[in-house]
Amino acid sequence: MADISEETIVALKRQATALRRHIIRMTHNVQSGHPGGSMSACDIVTALYFQVLRVDPKNPTWLDRDRFVLSKGHACPVWYAALAERGFFPVEELLTFRKLNSRLQGHPEVGTTPGVENAAGAEGQGLSFSVGLALAARMDHKAWRVYCLMGDGEQDIGQTWEAAMAAAKYGLDNLTAVIDRNGIQQEGRTEDIMPLEPLAEKWEAFNWHVLTIDGHDFRQVLAAFEEAQRTKGRPTVIVARTVKGKGVSFMENKIKYHGAATTDEELHQALSELEVPL
Amino acid sequence: MTSGPWKMESQRSYFAKALNDLGKRNPDVVVVGADTTESIKTIDFGKAFPDRFFQLGIAEPNMISVAAGLAAAGKIAFASTYSIFGSAHTYNIIRQNVAYTNLNVKLFCSHAGLSVGPDGATHQNNEDLGLMRGLPRMTVLVPADGPQTAKCVDAAAEWKGPVYCRFSRTNVPTLTSMEDDFDIGKATVMRDGSDVTIVGCGLMLARCLQAAEALKKEGVEARVVNLSTVKPLDEATILKAARETGAIVTAEEHTVVHGIGAAVASVVVRERPVPMAYVGVQDTFGESGEADELLTKYGLTTEQIVEAVRDVRKRR
Repeated sequence: MADISEETIVALKRQATALRRHIIRMTHNVQSGHPGGSMSACDIVTALYFQVLRVDPKNPTWLDRDRFVLSKGHACPVWYAALAERGFFPVEELLTFRKLNSRLQGHPEVGTTPGVENAAGAEGQGLSFSVGLALAARMDHKAWRVYCLMGDGEQDIGQTWEAAMAAAKYGLDNLTAVIDRNGIQQEGRTEDIMPLEPLAEKWEAFNWHVLTIDGHDFRQVLAAFEEAQRTKGRPTVIVARTVKGKGVSFMENKIKYHGAATTDEELHQALSELEVPL
Repeated sequence: MTSGPWKMESQRSYFAKALNDLGKRNPDVVVVGADTTESIKTIDFGKAFPDRFFQLGIAEPNMISVAAGLAAAGKIAFASTYSIFGSAHTYNIIRQNVAYTNLNVKLFCSHAGLSVGPDGATHQNNEDLGLMRGLPRMTVLVPADGPQTAKCVDAAAEWKGPVYCRFSRTNVPTLTSMEDDFDIGKATVMRDGSDVTIVGCGLMLARCLQAAEALKKEGVEARVVNLSTVKPLDEATILKAARETGAIVTAEEHTVVHGIGAAVASVVVRERPVPMAYVGVQDTFGESGEADELLTKYGLTTEQIVEAVRDVRKRR
């Protein structure tokens, strides 16, 4: 594994904090949206957009770009925040999220938001879409890679496993999936709603290369992406153990913040906990 | 246009040949399948172009989204299976990943309608046209015969965006030739007449022509229109028919709840109301039986079209 400098880690942490502040502000501003699952995925998305993905904010449809597919579309606040911070569109635009005539739809739409690769909202389609992209890249002998971020709630959906079988059948080593394993879905704990464990073993049984990591530890996240790139002949899935609402004490691990914005009072508390270190 | 007898041919065979020819001309064409590739004959493409063919098993939602991913990376993706699986089982996948995303996915589905036959109601999709024409950005085609099925393949590949094309399991009369023009969005007048218009599509078109021939003996000159594109609708041809013939009968192998009759009526009522009647599957499921037996039992016959014409002319 290549050495990741302490400076890089600090920079990523600061960037992730900035994204979390955007997520809180965007959802508070419109009093809707899904902050919890955006914040659990925040460090993974930060690592991707600020370290891993080869993308060009000046040319969002660059043919040789890596593709990031957000299957858990309700977590789009973290995607929009990352795209804005990465320079795909002005940061000021983030507060138009979910408003009439905005380029930042409540769930991702292709063609309106620069840098958005897939429509999502109806869950469980992103991994299949990623399989199609990865097949096309291989067919054209292209080096670009496909990264698909799924929720753990999506593991309930049959299509996820249809896609898992297809990716393994075709040995798509240019495809890396990440499961944001925060353990909570809309109505409760995943293990109460529809038990998923043993989840890593399920993916192993589906012939994927499986890595289980702490999804908030940048060194582990980056190491996992690197191992995925090195792995040949099989797709890799990273089961990233995360905390729903990560970064704000009163939101962490709370089912409520799957789909609830902060109140005015909570906003100040949340932002004060998300001070960006100098 | 005569009222037959016509040569009976397989739309699937025309489809497969056209797809292969297209594959030779255009290296961007890819095909995905779902364990029906021998039946639908896309396996021929798979043998000719194994690197551009993906067998995805009995997993149609995955098949549609994979096609969308391929299209998002610049391919023209043909996704093909039976109509019930390729349109109904996958509706929200088509909606989000294909139509909303506006991708070059071409859904070519065989085994539409009652004429699927002995497999029964679970396999007889009489609802696909309504489902598909309700989707924004979706283009909906119903080729009348083999040659038109081949032409739909080429036209769909040229067309920007999503296309749904449905055709039959059973052999159908060949009414057109490979030399005839075919344009998406254009209905064709197969037989001229000024007393009434019969608008049909798919395998019902031959029955429309037979009905016109029967009506001629009663002194009624029926115009017959082939509505091979259900969406975008050729409003000009429909309204011209309403103005010039004053009554319209539609005939489709599909539920009358939201099929071509409903589509034609929505334009006619808005612009030029004339009496209409709808020949098609009533609000019901099918059952097992041979194709012709089913079409007869459910009223999709030449005689029903003739009756409907007598009815609308009385109401004029």
